[in-house]
Parts: sequence; structure tokens; C-alpha cells
Amino acid sequence: MNLISSLYFSAPEIFLTISGLVLLLVAAFGGDKTARTVTILAVAALFGALVYTADLLTNPAYELGGEAWAGIYRMDGFGSFAKILIYLAAIGCLIVTPKFFTENGGHRPEYPILVLFSAVGMALMVSAVNLMTLYMGLELMSLSSYVLASFSRSDNRSVEAGLKYFVLGALASGILLYGMSLLYGFTGSTSYLGIRLALQDGLSMGATFGIVFVLAGLAFKIAAVPFHMWTPDVYEGAPTPVTAFFSTAPKVAAVAVLMRISLDTFGEQTLAWQQIVIFAALASIVVGALGAIGQTNIKRLLAYSSINNVGFILIGLAAATPSGASGMLVYLTIYVAMSLGGFVAVMMLKDAQGNQVEQISSMAGMVREKPLLAWCIFFLMLSLAGIPPLFGFYGKFVVFQAAVQADMIALAAIGIAASVIGAFYYLKVCKVIMFDDPAGEVVGDTTKSNWAVLLICSVIISPLGWILTKPLVELADRAASSLFFVI
Amino acid sequence: MGGFPILSAMLLVPLVAGIACFFLEAQAARLTALTATLVNLALGIMLWANYDIGGAQWQFVEQAALFAGFNYALGIDGIALMLIMLSVFLMPICILASWEAISKRVGEYMAAFLIMEVLMIGVFAAQDLFLFYIFFEAGLIPMYLIIGVWGGDNRIYASYKFFLYTLLGSVLMLIAMFWMVNEAGTSDIPTLMQYDFPAGAQTWLWLAFFASFAVKMPMWPVHTWLPDAHVQAPTAGSVILAGVLLKLGGYGFIRFSLPMFPEASAQFAWLVFALSMIAVIYTSLVALVQHDMKKLIAYSSVAHMAIVTAGLFAFNVQGLEGAMMVMLGHGLVSGALFLCVGVIYDRLHTREIDRYGGLSINMPKYALFFMLFSMASVGLPGTSNFIGEFLALAGVYKVSTLVTLVLTTGIILGAAYMLYLYRRVAFGDQKNADAAAMTDLTPREWVMLAPIAAAVLWMGVYPESFLAPMRADIAALEARMARAAPAGDSMLEIGTPRESSANAMPALEHDNAGEGAH
Repeated sequence: MNLISSLYFSAPEIFLTISGLVLLLVAAFGGDKTARTVTILAVAALFGALVYTADLLTNPAYELGGEAWAGIYRMDGFGSFAKILIYLAAIGCLIVTPKFFTENGGHRPEYPILVLFSAVGMALMVSAVNLMTLYMGLELMSLSSYVLASFSRSDNRSVEAGLKYFVLGALASGILLYGMSLLYGFTGSTSYLGIRLALQDGLSMGATFGIVFVLAGLAFKIAAVPFHMWTPDVYEGAPTPVTAFFSTAPKVAAVAVLMRISLDTFGEQTLAWQQIVIFAALASIVVGALGAIGQTNIKRLLAYSSINNVGFILIGLAAATPSGASGMLVYLTIYVAMSLGGFVAVMMLKDAQGNQVEQISSMAGMVREKPLLAWCIFFLMLSLAGIPPLFGFYGKFVVFQAAVQADMIALAAIGIAASVIGAFYYLKVCKVIMFDDPAGEVVGDTTKSNWAVLLICSVIISPLGWILTKPLVELADRAASSLFFVI
Repeated sequence: MGGFPILSAMLLVPLVAGIACFFLEAQAARLTALTATLVNLALGIMLWANYDIGGAQWQFVEQAALFAGFNYALGIDGIALMLIMLSVFLMPICILASWEAISKRVGEYMAAFLIMEVLMIGVFAAQDLFLFYIFFEAGLIPMYLIIGVWGGDNRIYASYKFFLYTLLGSVLMLIAMFWMVNEAGTSDIPTLMQYDFPAGAQTWLWLAFFASFAVKMPMWPVHTWLPDAHVQAPTAGSVILAGVLLKLGGYGFIRFSLPMFPEASAQFAWLVFALSMIAVIYTSLVALVQHDMKKLIAYSSVAHMAIVTAGLFAFNVQGLEGAMMVMLGHGLVSGALFLCVGVIYDRLHTREIDRYGGLSINMPKYALFFMLFSMASVGLPGTSNFIGEFLALAGVYKVSTLVTLVLTTGIILGAAYMLYLYRRVAFGDQKNADAAAMTDLTPREWVMLAPIAAAVLWMGVYPESFLAPMRADIAALEARMARAAPAGDSMLEIGTPRESSANAMPALEHDNAGEGAH
């Protein structure tokens, strides 16, 4: 019975792992020409896992969740919600990829397989309730990501991005591992529940250091200030579909892990980590906004934008309440749509020869040549800036509301005032594409698959997205409530 | 009206037309936009006709629990009704004003205007705090595009300034709204208008709202975005900016600051008065030396809005009614003045006052309209602004003689700069041959200006039509604020009445029964 329920709860990961292995064999025997088939199959596998997870999330029978594999893995609403986002983001990134790599050379079947394994790692991370499981998942995700970052082997920028990501990511993993070992040393347990019970008697100095190191390691993964320096370089250097992937799925996973660790494991030590989170939140908002102003490359700009957005997400964490957690999940959902849409739109910017256009100045007046694409970017930018009635505003709405409800009015006021700085550089992009005289560079055509992903994202962030609020908030509330339980 | 959701229909018509305009050719987009705005005008007239004066405070109420965290709730009182009427009335005129002046990207232009109309009606009709905020802020996007794409030479700077200024003002208001909703447990505006927030908290809430409304209004010293935005915007953009968008600030004060935070409003009335006094004198003097017609009218708008704010914070019926009437009157008159500038700008493509002169010779009909609107802007009796300014000043006078004195000086200065403008443009010699060769009004321009002229005169001669729907709401607002109303400085001390009349001759037998004998 125990084995059956364990298998049942972790079926998506198991299924995805087996799919990945099988596809690896297909790729090994079939060679590069199977790339397209493998991509389609990987999307199908992710979709299957998505449907299964959605059932786990919505089925009332599993509302309380359950432990699996002797308490190292937990199936609950929170994990399922995050996994759905991860799978959706991975599917979106896979759909837009083949075109990009066939044009830029070197579409190989390893790509979808790496994304698949990365998704498995992320799913493990968000469901882990044991530090060891967490680390396993984290490394599976990270190692796949390092390879993905340098996937364009002939492109120096991509190789550099991969190396940077690897060195800094390894450092972050080391910090995280160090924090975990401190926690294990001072609490005698690696399971979240064990640590939480051990910390109930009070927080020793060593355990405090453990908490700080774990949070620092995770802050690295979500690119929160002051651990954000790798982001612009990696996002700029990596092939654009990979950047789209980095800015969505791993971010969801890392934020989810951060939430689970902070609110569940350290749930009774709120005071120990709240200040760290408040600082990281405000610093990310400000640095993300100021750093973006001088950028001339749209990918770097979006990288700073993602740092900026992480700051807003962390405001929900700083509130340390169920509504804050729910707000973070809502924000993450919207953020995935905005970020994926943003990078897909960047991918669709091509000149007459079909080369990628990344300079913001080259996008000047593109509304004449490519009106629909330009309007999509326009709305995505304003949505990232959080201007109502675009749906991006709702993400800010829920996290700031949670912060005010938690009586953190100063934090909310400073955070929202700093968001105006961010609005400036989003407006700059809007101005370039809408107001400037046409540069006539963005003229290349793109495929239907890219359009499909971009239009879906654009519809979500458009005012039509507001009709999603009810189901979205309901699911997010249910997911968040599974983090707050009394022992 | 039965169950017909007329307010939703008024939002839906321009929305659908706006989206359609995106995909249409220039001429089709113009016709679609005109049709949609006329349909909305018709709906607005229906709304007014069916508004039950003296009936329930909130009418045409619609509610639908569409969103998490707040409701889709619409409903209007008399104040909102009048401002909605102003919006739907000016909108077809704006479309006509852009008929020939806008030749590039017409579909997008019309779409931006129609979306703007949706958002303006939404602001006035929203009955949910957050729904209000969304409509209020969303207006930035179409206006940013209107200024940035179709504006003048320095349009980029103006569009940034407009956007960031107003955004910065508004975000703190959102935090205050969160706090209020958290405290009161509802985001329903009518309920919040009756909720008594603790006096200490009111101060901060009031300041947060003030930051937003003062920028929108705009009040001195945060008015500097307005001249830039006005000058750079296309004519119709200026009309909508002056006609309706500036009223959002006043509407915000009357709907939120005053009824929700009466104590804080009384506490800060001195601040509002001080800023209003500075604004009315300073901006009038600035207007006097402008060479650019649009800038002159923009500064005059700031001065008029200062009278509105002073009237609002007078805490009495006259002040409130006057402020509303100035808002309505100014919406018509300044809109019309911008149209008048647009008429000659379309012919000569300059707004320099010195490039014109003697227009009453070659454009007599135009000069007549321009004179009517200049006089209305000055506040000549018989025109709309007279009613408003008189009432507002009468209200302020009950509170402070000094403030009234300064504001009245501002009106005198207003007469100075408007008459000076008119003299330089319409009278004198025909200095410039090209200006002298301009043709008089076309039928299209007639259709634009004549309705506004009629409305200005109607409001000036029979203001009761406009005051009646608002009367009950303003009375309710005054009652709500009465507990915090500051004491006026010009209150007469009422003594006991004398026993005999003042001119009664002392009776002969009592030689010491003089005045004050009691």
C-alpha cells in the first residue's frame, strides 16, 4: 500500500524520467535527424505529466496531500501548482525551440531531453521534503541547465554563458550544501519536519548560519540581489529559447523551494529570515530597475526585468502569511506568461537575412513593419511594468495587498514607489518600438509555433486575463494553505 | 430602464469599436469611431433622461463577482452622471477634430480614443475601489500613445513626463487602498464613504490620495507635466486631457478624500487653500507671458482647477456645487478653446500667437466662437464658468476672506490674459499675409464648436439642469463632512435683535433710549 501510494504520488516524475531515458535511446540510435520527433515526444510526455498533476491538484480526494517514499517526497497542492507551472513553461519553451535551432544550426535531440530532465529535477525540488531530495533535484536541474546554456557550441557567447553559469551555479550549490550541513549538524535531521521540530526549542547560532546559507544559495538560483550578477550575462549569452526557459521554469522551481523552506521548515523562525527577505526584495526591485536603464540589448534588459520581478515576488514571502504565499504563486503564474512571451517575442525579431535582432535601437519603429508583434511587445512591457489593466498588475496587486495585510506598509510603499523606476525602462522600449522612426531592420518572418506561444501569452497578460483571477486565486490559495500546517 | 445594464453597454460600445478600429482602414476607422461615440452619446442621454432626481443615491447599479479580490460593480450618483455626460459629449467632438488633422496610423489613433472613453466612463461609474484604480491608471496607456505617436516635436519628453509623473502619484494611493480595504473589510465605495477611519490613519491615507489627485488635478507645484502634455498632444488629445482627465483629480477628491477622510480633509484644508492661492496667482501670471496659445490655455487650466480645489475644501454646499460647476464648465470651455486653437493650427501649423492677428477680419465666424469661449473662460455672467466660479468663491468666502480675495484676484488676472490673447489673435492688423488668407470655419468645424457653445450658454443661463441631479449627493456629502467643517473667519456675530427698528425716532419723553441701550 505504501509503495503503491508512493508510486501514485510521484508518478509524473517517474514517468518523465522513463520518457527521458527512452528518448535518449531514440536519440542515440536515430542521430540528429530525430530532433524534431524527440521534441514532439518530449512535449507529449510533459503534457501527460501536466494533466496527471492537474488531477492531483484539483481532485478533492488529494486535498490533504500525502507523503511518499518514507517521508522524503511530499505530494501536496503547493508542489502540484508549482509543477504545473514548470511543465507549462517547459512545454512553451520546447515548442518555440526547433525553429530557432534549425535556423541557427545544430538542432540536436539532446535539447528536448535536457529540458525534460531539468523539468524532472525541478519537480523533485518542489516536492522534496528532505534536504537530500532537494539537493538531488537541484543538481539535476542545474547540470541540465549548464549544458543548455552552452548549447550553441559554435557561439562564443553561449559557451561563455554556460561556463559562467556553471562556475557560479556550482558556488551557489556549495553555499547551499554548506548551509544544509550546518542545519543537519545542529538539528540532527535532514527532513523538513525533523528540522522544524528541532528548531522549536529555539534557534542556535549554528542553525541560524545554516538558515542564512541555505537562503543565500537559493537566492542565487532565483537571481535575487545581491546574488544576481550572473543573470544578465547568462541570459544574454545563452540561446534565446534557453533564456526563455531559464527565466521561467527554474525560477518557478527555485522560488517554490524557497517558499517551502522558509514557510514550512523555518516557519516558526520567521523573524530569523524575514529581514533577509525584505532586504533581498527591495534590493532586487531597485537594482533590477536601475540596472536595466542603461541596457541596449533587449535580452539583458529582460534579465534585469526578471531580477526586478523576483523582488516583487519576494515581497509576498516577506509577508510570511498564507495570502502572501498565494500571492507569490499568482505572481509566478503571471510572470511565467510575461517572461515566456517576452523572450519568444525577442526570438521573433529577425532582420531580412533571418538573423536575430537583439539591439533595442534596431527595433525602432517596428510597429510599421510588424504591427502585431510590436503591439504584443508593447503590452508585454507594460504588463511587466505592472500598469493596469494589463494582467501583470494583478501579480503586484496580490503581493502588495498581502504585505499591507501583514502590516508591512513601509515595505509595500517603498516597493511600489520603486516600481515606478522600473516603469521608466519598459517605457523606453515602448517608445522605441512605437514612437521612433522606423529603422526597417525587423522584417524577417517567423513560424506559426512562435506566434502561437506569443499570442497565448499575450492573451493571458491582456485584460482578458482578469477572468482567470477567480480560478487562479482559488488554486493558489489551496496550494498555499498546504504550506501552513500546524504540527 | 428595467434591467438593461446601460453602464456596461456604455463601456462595451467603445471597447468593441476600439478593437475594431485597430484592423480598419483610415476612413472606416473614422466612421466607426464617430458612430460609436455618437451611440455612446445617445446612451448617455438615455442615462440622464432615466436618472431619477431625488431618487436613490446610487442608480443603475450593476454588480458581478467576476474577479478575485474585488468586484465588477458599477453605479452612478448625480456627480458621476454629470461627469459621464461631459465625457460622452466631448468624445464625438474629439473624433471630428481629428478627422483631417490625423492622417497617419488613423486606426490606432481612433482605437486609443475609444479605449480612453471606456476608461473615463469606467472611472466615473466604478463602485469598487480597485476597479476604480484600474480604470484610473489604465488611462495612462492610451494617453501615452496619443501624445507619443501623434504629438508635436517634443512629444517623447512630454509622454514620459506625463506617464511617470502620474504613475508616481498614483502608486501610493494603491497602498492606501489596500490598507483601507483591510481595515474596513470591503472594497465597496458607497460603504467606504460611510466608514469612519481612525483620525490618525486618515492623515496618511489622505496624503496618499492627495499625492495622486494633486498630480492629476494638477495642483501647483506638481502641475508641470500639464503644459508639456498639452502643447505636445494633438488637438483632440488636449481636449480630452483638459476636458475630462483633469476632472479625475477633482472627482477623486469629491468621491474619496472628502467623504472618506473628513477629519484629515479639514486638517489639510489650509494646505489645499495655500496651494490653490499660489496656483491661481502664479499660473495666471505665467499664462500672461506665454507666446504659445496652447501653453497659455494649459496654464489657465491650472488656475481654474485651483478654484475647484479651493471650492471643494470649503466644506459647504456652495463650495462643492461651485467646484462641480467649474469642472463641468471648464471641461467644455477649455476643450472648446483647444478646438479653437486647433482650427487655426490646422491652417497655419503654428501655435505662436504672434503669427496670427486680425483674424476677425477674414474669419468672422471663427472670431465669434473664439470670443464666446474666451468670455466664458473669463467667467462672464451668462456663461457656464460664471455660475461655477461665483458659487465656489461664495463657498470659500464663508471660510476665509483672504483666500477669496486672492482667488478673485486670480480671476481678474484670468480676464487679463484671455482678453490679451484674444486681442492679439483676433483684433489688430492683419500682420501676416498667410494668416490673413485663412478661410473661415468649415461645416465640420461648425458641428464641433456649435454644440459646445450651446452647452456653455445653457449652463450659464439655466444651471438648474446641471445642479439638480447633483443636489442630493452634495447635500449628503456636506452632511457627512459637517462634523469636521472648519469654522469660517467671516461669520457675523449674531447679537440679540434690538427692540425697536433702527430708524425709529426716539420718543420725546425718553431722551436716553438710544442704540445699544439693551
